[in-house]
Amino acid sequence: MELHNEIKTFTPAAEGEVSIWFKAARVEDFPENGGACVKYKDMQIAVFNFTRRNEWYACQNLCPHKMQMALSRGMIGSHDSEPKVACPFHKKTFSLKSGDCLNADECSIAVFPVKVEEGFVHIGFTR
Amino acid sequence: MKKRIIVVGNGMVGYKFCEKLRNRSAAVEIIVYGEEPRPAYDRVHLSSYFSGSTADDLLMAPATWYSENDIELHTGELVTEINRIDKTIRTHTGRSDRYDYLVLATGSSAFVPSIEGVERDGVFVYRTIEDLNQITEYAQKVKRGAVMGGGLLGLEAAKALLDLGLETHVVEFASRLMPRQIDDAASEILAHKLTQLGITIHTGKSTKKIEGNGKLEGLLFADDTKLDIEMLVISAGIRPRDELAKATLLNVHPRGGIVVDNYMRTTDVNIYAIGEAVVHNNMVYGLVAPGYDMADIVARQITDDTSKQFTGFDMSTKLKLIGVDVGSFGDPFCDATPHIPIVFKNKHKGTYKRINISEDGKYLLGGILIGDASQYNILHQMVMNKMILPENPETLIVGGGGKVNDEAAGVKGLPDTAQICSCENITKGALVEQITSGGVKSLDEIKKSTKACTGCGGCTPMVNDLLKITLQSLGHTIKKSLCEHFNYTRQELYDIIKVKGIKSYDQLLNTHGAGDGCEVCKPAVASLMSSIWNELVVSQDTIQDSNDRYLANIQRGGTYSVVPRIAGGEITPQKLSAIGRIAEKYNLYTKITGGQRIDMFGAHMDQLPDIWEELIAEGFESGHAYGKALRTIKSCVGSTWCRYGVQDSVSFAVYVEDRYKGLRAPHKLKGAVSGCIRECAEAQSKDFGIIATDKGWNLYVCGNGGARPQHAKLLVTDVDTETCIRYIDRFLMFYIKTADPLTRTATWLNKMEGGLEYLYDVIVNDSLGIGEELEKDMATLIANYHCEWKKVVEDPKLRAKFKHFINVEETDPTIQYVDMRGQKAPIDWNK
Repeated sequence: MELHNEIKTFTPAAEGEVSIWFKAARVEDFPENGGACVKYKDMQIAVFNFTRRNEWYACQNLCPHKMQMALSRGMIGSHDSEPKVACPFHKKTFSLKSGDCLNADECSIAVFPVKVEEGFVHIGFTR
Repeated sequence: MKKRIIVVGNGMVGYKFCEKLRNRSAAVEIIVYGEEPRPAYDRVHLSSYFSGSTADDLLMAPATWYSENDIELHTGELVTEINRIDKTIRTHTGRSDRYDYLVLATGSSAFVPSIEGVERDGVFVYRTIEDLNQITEYAQKVKRGAVMGGGLLGLEAAKALLDLGLETHVVEFASRLMPRQIDDAASEILAHKLTQLGITIHTGKSTKKIEGNGKLEGLLFADDTKLDIEMLVISAGIRPRDELAKATLLNVHPRGGIVVDNYMRTTDVNIYAIGEAVVHNNMVYGLVAPGYDMADIVARQITDDTSKQFTGFDMSTKLKLIGVDVGSFGDPFCDATPHIPIVFKNKHKGTYKRINISEDGKYLLGGILIGDASQYNILHQMVMNKMILPENPETLIVGGGGKVNDEAAGVKGLPDTAQICSCENITKGALVEQITSGGVKSLDEIKKSTKACTGCGGCTPMVNDLLKITLQSLGHTIKKSLCEHFNYTRQELYDIIKVKGIKSYDQLLNTHGAGDGCEVCKPAVASLMSSIWNELVVSQDTIQDSNDRYLANIQRGGTYSVVPRIAGGEITPQKLSAIGRIAEKYNLYTKITGGQRIDMFGAHMDQLPDIWEELIAEGFESGHAYGKALRTIKSCVGSTWCRYGVQDSVSFAVYVEDRYKGLRAPHKLKGAVSGCIRECAEAQSKDFGIIATDKGWNLYVCGNGGARPQHAKLLVTDVDTETCIRYIDRFLMFYIKTADPLTRTATWLNKMEGGLEYLYDVIVNDSLGIGEELEKDMATLIANYHCEWKKVVEDPKLRAKFKHFINVEETDPTIQYVDMRGQKAPIDWNK
């Protein structure tokens, strides 16, 4: 659980708490309606491009179910209107807004704010 | 003052009594004493405990239900004494309690005959969850087991032993199985079916002695034959638990059972008895439905409704025994009633149907169904409602070849008073009303609002049909939509995509869907588009399941495996060496697969294009092991080398695999070709299997291995190569067009109305007139085949997608390996 706990200390509770906007990659580097993995310090962050909604989300790349670095390779979608990602290993789904697991009792994942400026995707961290 | 009701016993019937009484009145105190450590559970489905249900799944209601309904429940507390003068009871812990009415729902215990040696280790009964736990534990240590008793429960127990992996025997004293429900001919068919499933049946065997030295070693029969076994489950009937009643000097039947009148009263007006503990009119009722009826009568009595009496109960029953349908309804034997029997028997298929018609030919009196009980509900209703028989009553059991599902039509014809759910005594009229004015739209809702189907579950198909036709009559359409984003079935989407020429997921979602899609509809639509257009899957990579997105199988730790196609399992030494060289270069773990090819594990995502570039240069192509697609055609070596082979199975397998390679379907597809009847390629466990004969090929369809193995069914015999291919074309295309997502061919056939005969009609007789179209569609797909990996390797843009990080050129640093027998393996799931 080390990886998991560590990442939470970087997680801002609100956008106002962000002290670092990490410039991750160009918008066009990301697949449309899909995700990719960004390395920040020693952490892996999954970033999702909801092209249809013109929205971006980011969360930890680690799926807490079996501790696999895989969420960025997962399929994205929505439940009602809640954006979600399904882990490619066992299809556990997580809300990309709250980080809560939507279809099982797995613990929640860390989510990060994302903004796009001058064609670059930025992810917000506390440090 | 509130009436104080004490219920002795917390089994299914005791529970049902609480539920019924509480529904009728909030103004009574209900106190329950149960001997078992847990609240009432579903004993009818006890054997599901062996197939994965937990003790909690089996509970009739959660422990909180009792407090929520103001019912005081004491589990693990046995009532040992009744004082009828003071109207008190005492339990084994010394607790004493007062009642106004006492309800004895003490149930029954397994009847254990007094045979020498019955006390030995390894002898069990089959009654409670504790019994099951003990059986499971003991079965780990032994290999051969037997069940004494070939009745309903005994055969359930045999299934349990089979599930536990034991060599299983059934020993029955009578000359046939299920002597109370079925006749000799039916028993013979049932025994034949059970034997095929691996259960050895011994009828007409009286056990003289249970032999062994401390623990059980075998059975000695009265005819001095022996059966070597290591454990025995006794299921020789039930014995009412009447000891408490007996000690209280209530009237008890000489053969056991608390004697009650039509109001379920014992000889003490303040004491009722219900369920299997009871003898009514010299009968013990060992089924749950009559027990529930008794519970209802007592609940009425206590709340001052004397309108209902117990006057006996219909003992019709339908169940699936170890996968074999068995039904017995009305008077199955008519031993004492003049009647005309109509019997239909097919030993090859394992079906037996008998109906007993009244002498004037007007009414159905009863009958027996083995192997196919699909007509049970309607026949049972005809007996119960004294419905007039059709002119040719034999059509009831032989029908139109089973092609049409006339069950739904049958429900339509029933009167409103017909009882559909016998456990909960719910009529057709009551169910229809729930649907028409209660707003009920689904089976789950109707279960909740009426409790229908919640007892034995036997009425579920009928309730489903009723739901379907009633909703239809109200103008509702019922369908299985794909998910919240598409209000269409897979088959409808197939037509939409094809007719409107839709080639992207987004286009389909914009025009026919809602929201952003999900992990259900995206891969389903991706599969459909592949099955229709066969375009490159990675051009829409983010709607693919992870394996299809990266054209490799994701493995523990996040690495991928690589499987090149080795058609028919045939490979040259050069190619074999190439695989060895490449695996060594990229440090991959190698293993032979079940489909006669070689799997290379432990490739990092960014290595995949490089590995494939080298494989392609050596003449390999994608094996589609990652896709819901054709996997392999397994083959035996056939007539080329084998001294028994009658046809060249390898050449045919290579041809078939090359023909269908890359074909995407609702689920994975596997095939095999065997060169002779010895079937070394195991073709009968495949989605389509071909076995050589001296005249041509036999084609089998819809088999699979996996969690629920199912043998493929013989479609045609002795066809030539061209015909065989034509039928496979049609079969595969028909499956691709009509199956639900992630449904394999076996399940698809199981759900198909009309079953194999219908499929045969479509494929061979072209009854739908679509044969040519299916062949044409298949030809288009075959013409569009491409090796996906070749396309990726040749396209720098596509290659660039195979990276773990988007912002740095590194592989995933968290992946770790351990050494295992000289090769690498991923570390265990990080917990």
